[in-house]
Amino acid sequence: MNPDSPNPSNRPATPNDGGTIGRVSEPRWTGRDTLGVYLREAGFQFWELMRMPAFALPTLLFPTMFYVFFGIIFKSGNPSVTTDMLATYGTFGVMAPGLFGFGVGIAMEREHGVLAMKRVAPMPPMAYLFAKAALAMLFALIISLLLFMLGALFGGVALPRSEWWLLAVTLVIGTLPFCALGLAVGLRVGGQASAAIINLIYLPMSFLSGLWVPLQFLPHWMQNLARISPAYHLERIVLGIVHPGNSGHFLAHVTYLLTFTAVCLWFAQRGWRRIQDH
Amino acid sequence: MNPLTDTQVTIAALRNVVKRYGAIVAVDHVELDIRRGEVLALLGPNGAGKSTSINLLLGLAWPTSGGVELFGRSPREVNTRRRIGAMLQGAQLRGHARVQEVVALQSGYYPNPLSLADTLHTAGLEGLEHLPVARLSGGQKQRLLFALAICGNSELLFLDEPTVGLDVEARRGLWTSIRKLREQGRSVVLTTHYIEEADALADRIVVINHGRMIAQGTPAEIKRTVAQRHIRCITKLDAAKIRTLGGVTRITADGGRLDIVAERPENVLFEILKLDPELHDLEVTGARLEDAFLALTQDNPGEQAA
Repeated sequence: MNPDSPNPSNRPATPNDGGTIGRVSEPRWTGRDTLGVYLREAGFQFWELMRMPAFALPTLLFPTMFYVFFGIIFKSGNPSVTTDMLATYGTFGVMAPGLFGFGVGIAMEREHGVLAMKRVAPMPPMAYLFAKAALAMLFALIISLLLFMLGALFGGVALPRSEWWLLAVTLVIGTLPFCALGLAVGLRVGGQASAAIINLIYLPMSFLSGLWVPLQFLPHWMQNLARISPAYHLERIVLGIVHPGNSGHFLAHVTYLLTFTAVCLWFAQRGWRRIQDH
Repeated sequence: MNPLTDTQVTIAALRNVVKRYGAIVAVDHVELDIRRGEVLALLGPNGAGKSTSINLLLGLAWPTSGGVELFGRSPREVNTRRRIGAMLQGAQLRGHARVQEVVALQSGYYPNPLSLADTLHTAGLEGLEHLPVARLSGGQKQRLLFALAICGNSELLFLDEPTVGLDVEARRGLWTSIRKLREQGRSVVLTTHYIEEADALADRIVVINHGRMIAQGTPAEIKRTVAQRHIRCITKLDAAKIRTLGGVTRITADGGRLDIVAERPENVLFEILKLDPELHDLEVTGARLEDAFLALTQDNPGEQAA
């Protein structure tokens, strides 16, 4: 458009009474425009992440590497264990995109003033969160599919198609409680500290939930402590899919994860209010 | 005069705003009106409360007391924010995204944005659109922030220290762009601690110090708040001698010339000419904005209202 003639619809049709704040008609904006903002935001963040090897590489490589070593090579000839370990390393895998994408991502973007720019821009804050959650779920899906391929091709894992689907859906949704935890942390801590703090949550939580060493080899008090960890409950749910005998407390695990997510969102909301009131 | 420019209409305001951070009062009962079509400069030393005032107007900070209005509404409404663009201080652009991708994302937030070509041209970023943001120089990043502020084709722009880190040429280029925005009928609020920048660009200047508004008016009005005049001349008298004459407030040596600041230059000049009839290269000028600014900000804050 011609830069010399700013959109006339942005301007008042008649001069306003002097001294008062001018109220003029707002520019047209449709739901479709808003949808476009959501999609572009997600697309932009996707390419930013893909161009950031420090996020994409460890997030994709660690769970697959661990699964190859401990699930496939060490347990070769024992497809039942290799199958169960899909639950273990699947859970370990989908924790990272939620925790790091939200926790470190938001803390860094706050520190660099990017979040302030987004807050000033006419962008609904939910578009920003939606993009982050969609990306965490996309990474969770990629990690799940990588693990499935490795297990099926090299570990002798054979499951009915419906169970593959159920596994994938559970793991992809399973990243959301960790997104909520990452969000609560990312809105609180500084950019530099965030990576350390998220690692201090991620690694002990994985260990405590029996993702590295099976829980039965841990001391009894640790086994009890595991019950507060969302990773433990997600792992139990996933295990229940591949190993239906273990699915007894399915509802309890789901309830715990929902409650955990709600508590994290409550803390996140408080953190957001604190930033807004600054 | 642009028909869209009606400087009687207030489009944004701080109403008796106080902003406290713990024991620090960053903004102290500020009453600020931004009028349609004007370039308003918030001028003050570092830490005076300029950026906090901008952040309050943008909804980034929330007032401890008082009211903030942007087009008669809250700055936190998306519909309100579609009508403004902002360049924030301290925003660090990073990452591998290309200049055109960053601009396109920002433009997409607005109902009627400028074209990419117009944005890049106005911000002086032509030819850099394919570069990753991380590879831009400091000055180029600053111009990209400016591009992100203007790309929405908004009617009101907030520019927080827009020319910090720019070289002289880039600074003049940005001044030209800001003047052009004003000619198009847009309103601009800018903060600066460069006095010459406020003098060159602003229709109205608000001087802020210690969180308080200590003066406001056109650059000429601000200058008139100090009664000083400059006498520049080459004389064989030394500065110490002249300083003993009545009415001299300040003397600086500028090469071979003396710059004598006095409230009544006629009297001082008469005395000097009696002592040194060979005085030459004489020049008497009015106060500069810098004089007014120094006089205003060195005194007790709040005591001098223009």
